[in-house]
Amino acid sequence: MIHLEGIRRDFRLGEQTVHALAGIDLDIAAGEYVSIMGPSGSGKSTLLNVVALLDRPDAGSYAFDGVDVTAFDDDALARVRRENIGFVFQFFHLIPRLTAFQNVEVPLVLASVPVAERRERVNEALASLDLSSRAHHRPNELSGGQRQRVAIARATIMRPKVLLADEPTGNLDSVSGRQVIEIIENLNAANGVTLIVVTHDSAMGSRASRQLRLVDGRIDSDQRR
Amino acid sequence: MKAGDLIGFAGGAISAHRLRSGLTILGITVGIASVVLLTSIGEGVRQFVMSEFTQFGTNIIAVVPGKSNTFGTSAATINTVRPLTIDDAQSLRRLPNVLAVVPTIQGNANVEFEGRQRRAMVFGVTHDMPVVWKMDVRSGQFLPDGDFTTGRSVAVLGAKMREELFGADNPLGARIRVGGERFQVLGVMESKGQMLGFDLDDTLFLPVAKAVELFDQEGMMEIDIVYAADADVAQIVDTVKRRMMQRHGAEDVTITTQDEMLEVLNSVLNVLTLGIGALGGISLLVGAVGILTIMTIAVTERTAEIGLLRAIGARRAHILGLFLAEAVGLGALGGIIGCIGAVGVVEAIAFLVPAMPVRTAWIYVLASLLLATLIGLASGIAPALRAARMLPLEALRAE
Repeated sequence: MIHLEGIRRDFRLGEQTVHALAGIDLDIAAGEYVSIMGPSGSGKSTLLNVVALLDRPDAGSYAFDGVDVTAFDDDALARVRRENIGFVFQFFHLIPRLTAFQNVEVPLVLASVPVAERRERVNEALASLDLSSRAHHRPNELSGGQRQRVAIARATIMRPKVLLADEPTGNLDSVSGRQVIEIIENLNAANGVTLIVVTHDSAMGSRASRQLRLVDGRIDSDQRR
Repeated sequence: MKAGDLIGFAGGAISAHRLRSGLTILGITVGIASVVLLTSIGEGVRQFVMSEFTQFGTNIIAVVPGKSNTFGTSAATINTVRPLTIDDAQSLRRLPNVLAVVPTIQGNANVEFEGRQRRAMVFGVTHDMPVVWKMDVRSGQFLPDGDFTTGRSVAVLGAKMREELFGADNPLGARIRVGGERFQVLGVMESKGQMLGFDLDDTLFLPVAKAVELFDQEGMMEIDIVYAADADVAQIVDTVKRRMMQRHGAEDVTITTQDEMLEVLNSVLNVLTLGIGALGGISLLVGAVGILTIMTIAVTERTAEIGLLRAIGARRAHILGLFLAEAVGLGALGGIIGCIGAVGVVEAIAFLVPAMPVRTAWIYVLASLLLATLIGLASGIAPALRAARMLPLEALRAE
């Protein structure tokens, strides 16, 4: 599903060049559950952004689902993201003026899905996450856990092959956090969605069947359970 | 992304900030309303002036002394040209396709009847004057037809002149004195009203030859020629010009057709309307700056939203379209409200005070709507481009 070869990503900080990713070779098969851990500055977020096609590597090649996307232009990358990748962010990133329903609907709108089908799919997704009663509430009327569940509904509405979560529980209390974890793990277990979670929470990271540990932009350990 | 969804999304963004969007729209509304109001006043004045002039007959050519390419002649040129005379008019009358010729001389004189005096405008004209000026005779008859160079001592009264001199009495056949000479009243004209400040009813009409004697002045103010409706104007102008050159030995008259006259007047008034419309346009500029400001703020505020949309698969064109639609929406809403308001005011004035020369200039209403939309578009381009050029990752991190 994801094949990275010699990925490098450098950032300039003033005079210094920081090697955020210093040569990453990584294969992730379809349906895997991978956690990426490591100390701050180890490059785990950068790696996620590269995998997410939000950031371009300075060197190396990237094949997504068997297609080399390294040289794709902006709009082509947007299309790959839209059709294949779901995002769950630490800060939810819901659009404040839109209701829960409308937030979940956005990817379908961008993909020009007909209105009737949109309504059906969004209602189904909200129902499966126990959010039906909150469909017409705006984010500021929802609890943190509810917001993250709306975000998960949005991330999965396009039925992506890959779900990327960046500190998905970082802004939640432990009860909501556990709930969110169970939901995304269930997506992986029941639907075969490839799940990649970035976290510095070792309790959460250790739940994954494959655990990557990054140090100084390199993969320090790659353990399977 | 479908057009309907794009509009819905942009509309949602506009209505999310009611006060802010409302004030921005107000800026455009005021600008558009002032353009529509000012052009409506211009259009009203144009229609008013045009109707004042078209109340005279069509198929008319005016010959005035002095060569000039525009209206009017300066005093200097008049002195160097030969005056237009009754004989000239008499001669023009014999040209083909000419139905009637009315030489006109104008002056002021004392009109007197049984001790009542009135100083009034006196026109020396001929039998066909009512055709040219589109006036009707109310009672009696107009000046008799015949040789221009001789005239009987008869007069026709304007409606107001008749009222002032005779009151309820029958004026027909009465003898009045004009500048010391006696004239017999032959008829009374229908009321024509005022034309650009001249009271056309407070007048007296005499045979042109008599008026020439009265004013002791040979030159005609103007010779009006009525031509056959099916005749070619250019050809008639040409024959008139040649006849006048023949008689005067040089081209020393200006020949104006009614159409030309109206055309020039119309274009002058149109330019005037355009000019005052442009004045109103200045306030639109302020409105445009308002949209630019608000859109710039909106793009900054919604950087995270832009990042999210890009992350979940919106292309640059989507982002560009969303923000442009928002800016166009602000402009168009302002335009629509401004047009409705201004047209309402104009129509209300036209209905309540019909004498006020305001008429809705529909072409300008449509143009303003289009202009408002274009202003929205133009003001939105820079902020929308900035939004579209943002890198998804950096935009996402903006929070």
